Amino acid sequence: MIEDFVGHFGPYGGRFVPEALIGALDELTAAHESAKNDPEFQKTLSDLHRTYTGRPSIMTEAPRFAEHAGNARIFLKREDLNHTGSHKINNVLGQALLTKRMGKKRIIAETGAGQHGVASATAAALMGLECVVYMGEEDTKRQSLNVARMKLLGAQVVPVTQGSRTLKDAINEAMRDWVTNVATTHYLLGTVAGPHPFPTMVRDFHRVIGVESRAQMLELTGRLPDAVLACVGGGSNAIGIFHPFIDDAGVRLIGLEAGGDGVATGRHAATISGGTPGVLHGTRSYVLQDVNGQTVESHSISAGLDYPGVGPEHAFLSDIGRAEYRAITDAQAMEAFSILCKTEGIIPAIETAHALAGAMIVGRELGPKANLLINLSGRGDKDVQTAADYFGIPL
Amino acid sequence: MTQLSDLFIKTKSENRAALIGYMPAGFPTKDECIMAIKAMVAGGVDAVEIGYPYSDPVMDGPVIQAAAELALSNGTGASDVFDILEATVAMGVPAVVMTYWNPIERFGVENFANEIAKRGGSGVITPDLTIEESSGWKSACESAGINRIYVVAPSSSEERLPKVASECSGFVYAASLMGVTGTRNSVSGNARSLVERVKKATDTPVSVGLGVSTKDQAHEVAAYADGVIVGSAFIRQLQESSSMGEGLERVEKLARDLSEGVRR
Repeated sequence: MIEDFVGHFGPYGGRFVPEALIGALDELTAAHESAKNDPEFQKTLSDLHRTYTGRPSIMTEAPRFAEHAGNARIFLKREDLNHTGSHKINNVLGQALLTKRMGKKRIIAETGAGQHGVASATAAALMGLECVVYMGEEDTKRQSLNVARMKLLGAQVVPVTQGSRTLKDAINEAMRDWVTNVATTHYLLGTVAGPHPFPTMVRDFHRVIGVESRAQMLELTGRLPDAVLACVGGGSNAIGIFHPFIDDAGVRLIGLEAGGDGVATGRHAATISGGTPGVLHGTRSYVLQDVNGQTVESHSISAGLDYPGVGPEHAFLSDIGRAEYRAITDAQAMEAFSILCKTEGIIPAIETAHALAGAMIVGRELGPKANLLINLSGRGDKDVQTAADYFGIPL
Repeated sequence: MTQLSDLFIKTKSENRAALIGYMPAGFPTKDECIMAIKAMVAGGVDAVEIGYPYSDPVMDGPVIQAAAELALSNGTGASDVFDILEATVAMGVPAVVMTYWNPIERFGVENFANEIAKRGGSGVITPDLTIEESSGWKSACESAGINRIYVVAPSSSEERLPKVASECSGFVYAASLMGVTGTRNSVSGNARSLVERVKKATDTPVSVGLGVSTKDQAHEVAAYADGVIVGSAFIRQLQESSSMGEGLERVEKLARDLSEGVRR
């Protein structure tokens, strides 16, 4: 409903890139548009999701967790059970198929927590593509298990030592690779940010989450949920579950950003809650920036949310009041993490724990009559080290 | 007409290309940056591009990245960029600012264009601003009376290249190759055909940047382009020198060599 033909969401989105990339972005836009209307492509992708990803993902009600969330009914959309452990695979398989459709043989990707890198390496192995993953050096240390997974899958992992050595710098380095090798290479961007068509295309590949959830909620409860909650870094899992509900005016859409030590401290990654409009990585959206327009470093316990930008459609949904965005601190996220582990036997990704912490707050606000749908976007295997350190469990 | 436009009329009448030198504002410090520009001008640089150091320079290779990082760690901001612009214009050469888009948007699009004009600058090069996103910038530059310089690339399509070229004033920045800034052993063969394609589309002068660092390369490019842009090679002179004095000497020497190169 929202974006115009050059990828604007109100004043946000668009393309702010070197001219050298325009040809590739036009080619990608055309490939995505034609694939969207090609029943054969759609069947290939949905078959892959059924036989490889494990879709549709199940819906789990979480009654013991609900006791900590005002006794609202809590439903978890289990993207953590997808192959490779998160929602990221939805987008990656779609873009990998597009890569082949465009006749390219090499993909590059950026990764923060490593989930998108692992998913990209997986798709590359499955489809016989060369894969290079750029990862901030800081993140390769925080997420060494995922680095090993990518290497086992045959990908080359390049630690990025520029700037803050995290996700934003990995994106810079991937863009430099792409400018240089654009004729043979597809940049498999992992979130709903970046220049058009990425915010629209990545959203389209993740809409399956919301489409399935909507049908599952109707079947399980006979009505639509009162609120849909998801964590927001770049915002891909959130837009995926939000989008099919946008026209359902009675359904509140709530994005939970990484509040780090608290938005007031300046040490956070809550881009909509604590940022200002600007341009970063090829798109106009909210950005954490200083008075001179320099990007400010973000902070979060969760590597996957540790990004100073956010997808332009979220910026727009926030401005028009269709979705609301709140910040969850590291401490609130880790509390929710621990509660879900102990009440439901599910170890969530720390990213996802921000959505769970949001559910605890919103559940108390809305009370026992409310039905909340939460995107359980990823599993926490990769976070065991971080969580053990946090809770003082010796390894 | 800006001083930059006048320069290309002059160099054409002298049957040579213009030599354009790039220096990031605030590198290595604000004062030393002005000294380095002075050395470039003393060596024969005809016009200066002052880089606005930016935290996420996706078009730049390691040399300019490192220089920008140092400039930012010195606290370089918009007012420093404008001061250095003004100091450069006072040396008697046309000067432009090269900047990623976000600092302009943050400063205020009209304010930025007006400040460039107020400080005597000829224009602004915007490597990541597409013509589709330019409407506000276009009117701001037109009302401030400064040049808008976009970058074209070897991958620019036949359909698109004339559109971008016709939006440029002062000169068209032709990126010689698909890649980021930095010195190369040879100038890409794509450069010549790109310049020829641009010249079919517009009468605006065309300058070639990316990968030019030596007198011979400058000479080769000057045979077909109106301007030769050198950036990383100047920065390296400063980075590789053990003292500022040595660095300034090397900058001036490189400018002198390149300046001989652009004479056909």
